[in-house]
Amino acid sequence: MRKQLSNWGNYPVLTCEESSFSQEEQLKQYVDTHDHIIARGNGRCYGDASLGEHSVSTLRYDKALLFDVETGDFECQAGMTLDQVLEITVPKGWFLPVTPGTKFITVGGAVASDVHGKNHHAEGSFSNHIIRMDVLTGKGLITCSRDNNSDLYWATCGGMGLTGIITSVRFRLKKIATAYIRQKQIKAENLDEILRLFDEHAHYTYSMAWIDCLQKGKAFGRSILIVGEHATPGELNHKQGRDPLVLPPKMKLTVPFNLPSFALNNFSVKAFNALYYGKNYKKVMEGVVPYEPFFYPLDAIHHWNRGYGRDGFVQYQFVLPIDRKEGLTAILRAISDKGWGSFLAVLKVFGKQDDLISFPMEGYTLALDFPVRKGLFPFLDELDALVLQYGGRLYLTKDARMQQEVFWKSYPNAAKFMDIVRTYNPGGKFRSVQSDRLLLTPQ
Amino acid sequence: MTPTVLILGATSDMAVAIARRYAAGNYAIQLAARKPEQLYALQQDLHIRSGAAVTTHAFDALDFDSHHTFYHQLPVKPDVVICVFGYLGSQETGQQNWQEASRILHTNYTGAVSVLNVVAEDMAARRSGAIVGISSVAGERGRMSNYLYGSAKAGFTAYLSGLRNRLFHAGVHVMSVQPGFVYTRMTEDLTLPPLLTARPEDVAKDIFKAVIAKKNVIYTKWFWRYIMFIIRSIPEFIFKKMKL
Repeated sequence: MRKQLSNWGNYPVLTCEESSFSQEEQLKQYVDTHDHIIARGNGRCYGDASLGEHSVSTLRYDKALLFDVETGDFECQAGMTLDQVLEITVPKGWFLPVTPGTKFITVGGAVASDVHGKNHHAEGSFSNHIIRMDVLTGKGLITCSRDNNSDLYWATCGGMGLTGIITSVRFRLKKIATAYIRQKQIKAENLDEILRLFDEHAHYTYSMAWIDCLQKGKAFGRSILIVGEHATPGELNHKQGRDPLVLPPKMKLTVPFNLPSFALNNFSVKAFNALYYGKNYKKVMEGVVPYEPFFYPLDAIHHWNRGYGRDGFVQYQFVLPIDRKEGLTAILRAISDKGWGSFLAVLKVFGKQDDLISFPMEGYTLALDFPVRKGLFPFLDELDALVLQYGGRLYLTKDARMQQEVFWKSYPNAAKFMDIVRTYNPGGKFRSVQSDRLLLTPQ
Repeated sequence: MTPTVLILGATSDMAVAIARRYAAGNYAIQLAARKPEQLYALQQDLHIRSGAAVTTHAFDALDFDSHHTFYHQLPVKPDVVICVFGYLGSQETGQQNWQEASRILHTNYTGAVSVLNVVAEDMAARRSGAIVGISSVAGERGRMSNYLYGSAKAGFTAYLSGLRNRLFHAGVHVMSVQPGFVYTRMTEDLTLPPLLTARPEDVAKDIFKAVIAKKNVIYTKWFWRYIMFIIRSIPEFIFKKMKL
């Protein structure tokens, strides 16, 4: 049935036909009889990557297929969400090897976006931990891994669903002794200090920084570095220690409807940022916290995306090579000059990675939200030019508007990727609005 | 001893949610569906989630003659039997085509009665157990858009209420579930009002709780009881003029 669909940014809103499947045969039959298909998980990518003429929801294909509690090998159908994975594995002492800032994405989406987490510098992106997967390509269902059909494997990791529909994934979990994180938060006065703090804390498994990008002058780039490690049983307090692998129940907040767009303005964002920065009243704060607020602070507020109003927002995430940190200053300055900061600006340092079209590369990555309004897209085009100038690139999973030249200039392996996509997706059966926009649809 | 639940029609979205809820409640689970090979993934899923014993069984609601054997060949007699299968079909096709009409009627009514008759005899003899039938609010008043489905569900609702009356005296509990709109594969081509529509997990949670509380009839979501009260109260001379 045709319906209005949009992803997490509520932009763009497009008319698509959406259908689902719960058995492999249903999917096969659908793929045989339709064209212009793109897989869609929980709709948590921000832009148009999972929108197309026929968006196929994987959400009903969500069964756990294997869980070896000795080795941590876990296999599930691609529509299972990370939330469900954690629900099954954490009580048995296993955690996701890599997780993005929301647990409400599907495993298939995690592969197609090759998501990264706060541990990228130490443990790489999601694809580093995949053992094997099944993909329903234009040439039928194919099992692939690093050793077997490896071209398909590499083009599917971060491949935005263009090789076909990922149906099941086996990956290796990470052993944990508790469901808690020993975290440390350190305030930085400015950009130089935060980058130095990242270096000094590079030995931590998890790290990221929240950055106030509306500040100018001496406080330009003031931020809070947050680092953490999985807590050992000995680090828990008495109450936490009673059931170290089970989290206490929590309250859920929700934003019930789209806020009017005037609710978010320079004043409210500044006030929010001041409060956020100010809540850390000491330079360094340490504590042991449940994993949920550490990894998923925004998941506690359901539908926080509605805070940006009816017109939606775009998330702008770029990465710059490690030796081009002056680019970070240039881009942040452009933003603070314009006075268009976002609630959420997250800075992270990526470790080495060299995949086909996965986003991470060794360097600095910054993620920002911008509500859609007049003048935004020309401004983002200006930022794109800076990103290109400093040798960086944008994250496809969060993209809704980049121009095709920007993509092709910034992803050096794009042509190689397209060759493989052409093999497995002849005629471009699997295509999205994004792949059409970026000339990633094979003809 | 671990209690056992038998789920009839185990491939549907509602059945998956119900099975997961019972698995979380430490039940052993018997899954029955027309194509048991389609139950493999769910069987794994439930086992991984709860460690519960999960078995699969071939069951065809329309093959009435097989129901007695099907039930009596189960390795363990279940403590709770939940009849989830149903077929919405197409009202329009059914109006012109008896095959479609009969499939709607026989799946939702005759098939359910046929298998639950067998279950009822066994539970009455054992003087214990619970039977849950998933009917529908569509059975409470016939509407032009789905009265074939609705009338079969109406029959099923009446059957359950009679069965409840009879089995009460044998110490067996019978519960009717009247779901309103639920987001499932069966309804994915309909435009459903979000505020009135339940998720399969909500229905599953309601059922699990209500069986323990020995409720007779539950509506899910709860306000459907009041919506249906209003719909039943509309005088026929007005109702027939409406396009529902």
